[in-house]
Amino acid sequence: MIVVIVVVVLVLAVGGVVVARRRSRRDRAPRIRAAMPEVLVRDVASRPSLGDVEDLERRLSSSRSLFDRVRSLSAQGSVNEEQLAVVEEVLLRSDVGLSATNEIVASLRESGAPQGVANSLRAALLTSLSADRTVRVRASEGRVPVWLFVGVNGVGKTTSIGKLAQRHINEGRTVVLAAGDTFRAAAAEQLAQWATRSGADIVRASEGADPGSVVHDALGRAQARGTDLVLADTAGRRSNSTNLLDELAKIRRVADREPGEVVETFMVLDATTGQNALSQAREFLAAAAVTGIVLTKLDGTARGGIVVAIERELGIPVKYVGVGEGVDDLIVFNPENFVDSLLQA
Amino acid sequence: MFDALSERLERISGSLRSRGRLSDADIDEALDEVRSALLEADVELGVVAAFLSAVRERLQGEALSQSLSPGQQVIKAVHEQLVEILGSSALKVTYASRPPTVILLAGLQGAGKTTTAAKLALWFKQQGRQPYLIAADLARPAAVEQLRVLAQQIGVDVFSDTSTPVKVAKRGVAEAARLGRDVVIIDTAGRLAIDDALMREVKAISSATSPHYTFLVLDAVTGQDAVHTAKTFHETLELSGMIVTKLDYDARGGAVLSARGVVGRPVVFASTGEKLADFDLFHPDRMASRILGMGDMLTLIEQAERTMDQDVVAESAGRMMSGTFTLDDFMAQLNQVRKMGSLGGLMKLMPGVTKEMRSAAANVDDGQLNKIEAIVNSMTKRERREPVIIDGSRRSRIARGSGTSVSAVNQLLKQFGEMRKMMRQMGNAGPAATGPTGKLASLAARAQAQRNESMPAGFESLAAGMASASPARSGGGAKNKKKKGGRVTPPKQR
Repeated sequence: MIVVIVVVVLVLAVGGVVVARRRSRRDRAPRIRAAMPEVLVRDVASRPSLGDVEDLERRLSSSRSLFDRVRSLSAQGSVNEEQLAVVEEVLLRSDVGLSATNEIVASLRESGAPQGVANSLRAALLTSLSADRTVRVRASEGRVPVWLFVGVNGVGKTTSIGKLAQRHINEGRTVVLAAGDTFRAAAAEQLAQWATRSGADIVRASEGADPGSVVHDALGRAQARGTDLVLADTAGRRSNSTNLLDELAKIRRVADREPGEVVETFMVLDATTGQNALSQAREFLAAAAVTGIVLTKLDGTARGGIVVAIERELGIPVKYVGVGEGVDDLIVFNPENFVDSLLQA
Repeated sequence: MFDALSERLERISGSLRSRGRLSDADIDEALDEVRSALLEADVELGVVAAFLSAVRERLQGEALSQSLSPGQQVIKAVHEQLVEILGSSALKVTYASRPPTVILLAGLQGAGKTTTAAKLALWFKQQGRQPYLIAADLARPAAVEQLRVLAQQIGVDVFSDTSTPVKVAKRGVAEAARLGRDVVIIDTAGRLAIDDALMREVKAISSATSPHYTFLVLDAVTGQDAVHTAKTFHETLELSGMIVTKLDYDARGGAVLSARGVVGRPVVFASTGEKLADFDLFHPDRMASRILGMGDMLTLIEQAERTMDQDVVAESAGRMMSGTFTLDDFMAQLNQVRKMGSLGGLMKLMPGVTKEMRSAAANVDDGQLNKIEAIVNSMTKRERREPVIIDGSRRSRIARGSGTSVSAVNQLLKQFGEMRKMMRQMGNAGPAATGPTGKLASLAARAQAQRNESMPAGFESLAAGMASASPARSGGGAKNKKKKGGRVTPPKQR
């Protein structure tokens, strides 16, 4: 019944405008516009490199003597603001986001970075990435384990499933793919090509079919054939639509019902994504109980730093990363490598 | 996060008051807030810095306005600057004197090129053109198939074969000329800006087809990396403009400003939904409001003007404020609002609305609206005029008549009563007072002024934000009563 209020708010606003537009006949002199530069930034600054740790130390403490003096003066050791500004820039340019960056910078300022700024920053980031990253491939006795893939449009869900299918098959498992993206044109076709390539089995239905039923059929087939794992695709969906999230929750319920058991729900995330990734993670976590992130497209210039904020705030760990177009380019996430690449250009 | 900027600026604006003009320190403090807002909106760091220095110049020396609080004045300056940058050197699509007009789409993987190609084709079709699509994405499995399916939905032909992307593009353009099509859209494979081989390939496609327009397809959720992508694509292909996709997400879309800031080419089209028709020319003023998190009042007003019967609305709005609002008026308004589209979509455009309110509105579907309509229609004329007379037996009759329950009827009546009370309070404040209605009048005056190009778009949404603040708050409370929907939209309806 919220409708009542909603309608009133809308009508009041719009009605008010309509009414008052009639009453108001105020004219104003045209404003003179200031000339604007065609291009705001001509040269894109590369991300400041925190390079390898030694070089970084040198850069950060270019005014070493001053730094040492400050340090000797202050009781608990300290870092100077200039260094912290570099740290802030590095983190912001990697999409770590304002609030996580502020927290990290504040903690460095407070601790005084006893092991040096770069080491302390590295340690702080690694602490942020300390969740459990093991992946489950086994379900309880008699159930078929399911990996469910969710995410917004265009992040690489179908491709990630194709690559993971190959990975499992290489490791000696049998796999059924469930082409649960019945919305996007030719999505099932795309997954079918991956199935052919990797030797996985696939269950698909026509476009517009109920994705839950596709998953259900895949479970049936997997059980009948004694398959080790079901990888279930879903349509890309924006994370600010309750209807689409409800649909996803329903798919998950179907996948988690006998004979299936969802052992992992992966949110696939494009590394170029900015702060919206946090809201994606929050919504998908609530709707589908996300257990891990597949971070794709890390082979570009984007660093995917937003996963630091996601893991800090929501505790969802990254489990796989995509570092190229090849079938073997989806690899297990390694926090140390990730942090090092975050700190290097 | 919405309205964060205006709220924060209002908070510090107290300290800015009482002086003739903004001091450097004031500006520093205010711009610090603006910086945070822009960074939260994913505007690239370097672009933020350059942008702020431009705003600083604008603010320095500017006398404090009588009618605006200092905070509002800062927002106005920021907003104007954003609109100028986003809207300058706008591109008007002209058609080649010797058809076909060739359009090349390029971008990262997953930005939405294939869907955009189909949407663009539909747009040209609606302009009375005869578009032709070329599927030159031979890398992603089933990309050609995807374009074929989409093209079939809009009745446009697709050219493709399995040779190489360059050959496909070249043959496709020749084929289009042979068929007498006047617009050709080339969909290319997604590629990373640092992938030299693929960048050379798209360059080769470009040289082979010499496109009249080259558009970068840019995802609105992109973060800091947008500048690298835009810059490299611009250096390789010399972009004529950009197409921004996924504006239906809740991202603030600062990437658009980042890309615009380094490339200096306009954003031409914007894609705002999954349906092929959700595509239109880009509106810089709306984007500016969005980046600042100020809602999109203009779109709302435009939509209203297009679909609403103004007399009906004005009449019942008048009655609403005088407190003589009846259930009939409510129904009339409900129907007007329904004509404008989904409530969720409309709420998204309203500034100053809480997130809870938004998601509550997004959950309202047609079924629920039909139910309300059924309840009201099951009342007698007198009941609709004077809801107070509805007693227990009338309630159960109405519930039976509408196929709902007595509790649903109760709920509707209760909400309606509360709303009426609220309306009356607002009405009492008088149209010239500073209450919400007064704000609305001033909002409208500004909207009027906007037409004369004297006020920035979205600035009035600031006022509207305040205007809607009180109903929105009570809405937030009411939302808790609503059952969480288990309704699932079948995919086709999306």
